[in-house]
Amino acid sequence: MQFGIFSVGDVTPDPTTGRTPTERDRIKAMVAIALKAEEVGLDVFATGEHHNPPFVPSSPTTMLGYIAARTERLVLSTSTTLITTNDPVKIAEDFAMLQHLADGRVDLMMGRGNTGPVYPWFGQDIRQGINLAVENYALLHRLWREDVVDWEGKFRTPLQGFTSTPRPLDGVPPFVWHGSIRSPEIAEQAAYYGDGFFHNNIFWPADHTKRMVELYRSRYAHYGHGTAEQAIVGLGGQVFMRKNSQDAVREFRPYFDNAPVYGHGPSLEDFTEQTPLTVGSPQQVIEKTLAFRDYAGDYQRQLFLMDHAGLPLKTVLEQLDLLGEEVVPVLRKEFANGRPAEVPEAPTHASLLAAKEVTVA
Amino acid sequence: MRIVVVSAGLSVPSSTRLLGDRLAAAVGRHSGAAVEFEVVELRDLAVEIAHHLTNGFPGRKLGAAIDAVTSADGLIVVTPVFSASYSGLFKSFFDVIEKDALAGMPVLIAATGGTARHSLVLDHALRPLFAYLRAVVVPTGVYAASEDWGAQGLDGRIEQAAGELVGMMAGRAARRTAEPEVVPFAERLAALSGSSGA
Repeated sequence: MQFGIFSVGDVTPDPTTGRTPTERDRIKAMVAIALKAEEVGLDVFATGEHHNPPFVPSSPTTMLGYIAARTERLVLSTSTTLITTNDPVKIAEDFAMLQHLADGRVDLMMGRGNTGPVYPWFGQDIRQGINLAVENYALLHRLWREDVVDWEGKFRTPLQGFTSTPRPLDGVPPFVWHGSIRSPEIAEQAAYYGDGFFHNNIFWPADHTKRMVELYRSRYAHYGHGTAEQAIVGLGGQVFMRKNSQDAVREFRPYFDNAPVYGHGPSLEDFTEQTPLTVGSPQQVIEKTLAFRDYAGDYQRQLFLMDHAGLPLKTVLEQLDLLGEEVVPVLRKEFANGRPAEVPEAPTHASLLAAKEVTVA
Repeated sequence: MRIVVVSAGLSVPSSTRLLGDRLAAAVGRHSGAAVEFEVVELRDLAVEIAHHLTNGFPGRKLGAAIDAVTSADGLIVVTPVFSASYSGLFKSFFDVIEKDALAGMPVLIAATGGTARHSLVLDHALRPLFAYLRAVVVPTGVYAASEDWGAQGLDGRIEQAAGELVGMMAGRAARRTAEPEVVPFAERLAALSGSSGA
């Protein structure tokens, strides 16, 4: 099982000091956080993609390429790559390039994006969101698998005799996750292709996550990629820890109360009871995360949101130490416990290459 | 048959709730079959409704109320008139229900106010709201001003509207369940890309 972190890349004032980081501060902080993730033994770093303030990561492969040069093991990913408003041709090129530079340590997560104006800013219509995701991904899928593509669709200029370069590393396209919170159409898309399905459950009650994951799993089996239990599932999580849970609650409360997403709404206590947010001791984080398996089944990737709501870099790095030293080693052991042998690990470049060689041989 | 009464009254006791109860009793009298009634008091859900607007998901009590409303066979909805329209709480409750979840739902609309001068709120505010949600609204709406509680005529309108709701529910097949339907992916792709060769 893979453990990692995902970042929204928001520039948010620290409510305890009133200080707002500059964009440069925030970008460098994201890099420092990614390097720390590798240092403490995590497997994945994923960055969001946004095209409006107060968010900095508009150009994920630039950032991930820089991180790739400074890491050895970390898998670089996205959360999410906008399959609706990016040109699928450019996604094919950018991520194949990143794959070569990072020696295959690359996958990506497709998402539609929920910021309305981004669609018109990039010349698209939000009412076509699902159709854009379907058509653009169908083209991307071919660009990575066919050397010469002739193509015509509804949303993009046609292609005649087009070759996307560089070709995927070793002829193995990056593994793709499809992220969706509430669209069954996207769970169906992930299942159709045998790709991964990531449910970003961090603001959602367990029963909703359960329904979406069950739909994906049953459709994955329907399309013959394996059993429902073998489908490739990823989940989010959101934690703040201190050795003593009271200290965690006291320190995190002002960040929670003022966070752009859930601030000025429900109490920290109500929110932690209903969603995966855990504020407490490492042991509490372990218990809550292990319980995800009860409703999502044995899964492949767990990403935590750690750097948000204006938390200062120093605090985030301390959180990553706790995550890497006290939480993830226990989670690895406990999740492995009782996991059926036929449940696969998350695909990596190495595993996909090995599978391809078996098929060819 | 299960009917849910949605009351947006704020005081306790409330004339809005009283109107809802009288409508429910009349529906019970008109219905030949056994009818089960459930009352959703929006006052008790006010904080969870506000949180849902900011968070995007319902708390436990609100989630149960939404499930009750969307799975009902018919609704009786009653709001006080505030500033020439339904109350903000009433509107916010229907704002957090999925847009298609009330499609085809038989609905009896009713409102209360201090004066009869606002009675057209039924037709200029409530009826368009439920038309947008593609619910089916009974022809007679019931408006009760303070003075109506001491005058003749309200009973007749209640009986008329209740009879219409029962008739409408009897004439309809059981409402569909809300389970999401999956369009097989190949169909979705084919609809888009007739010429892409994918």
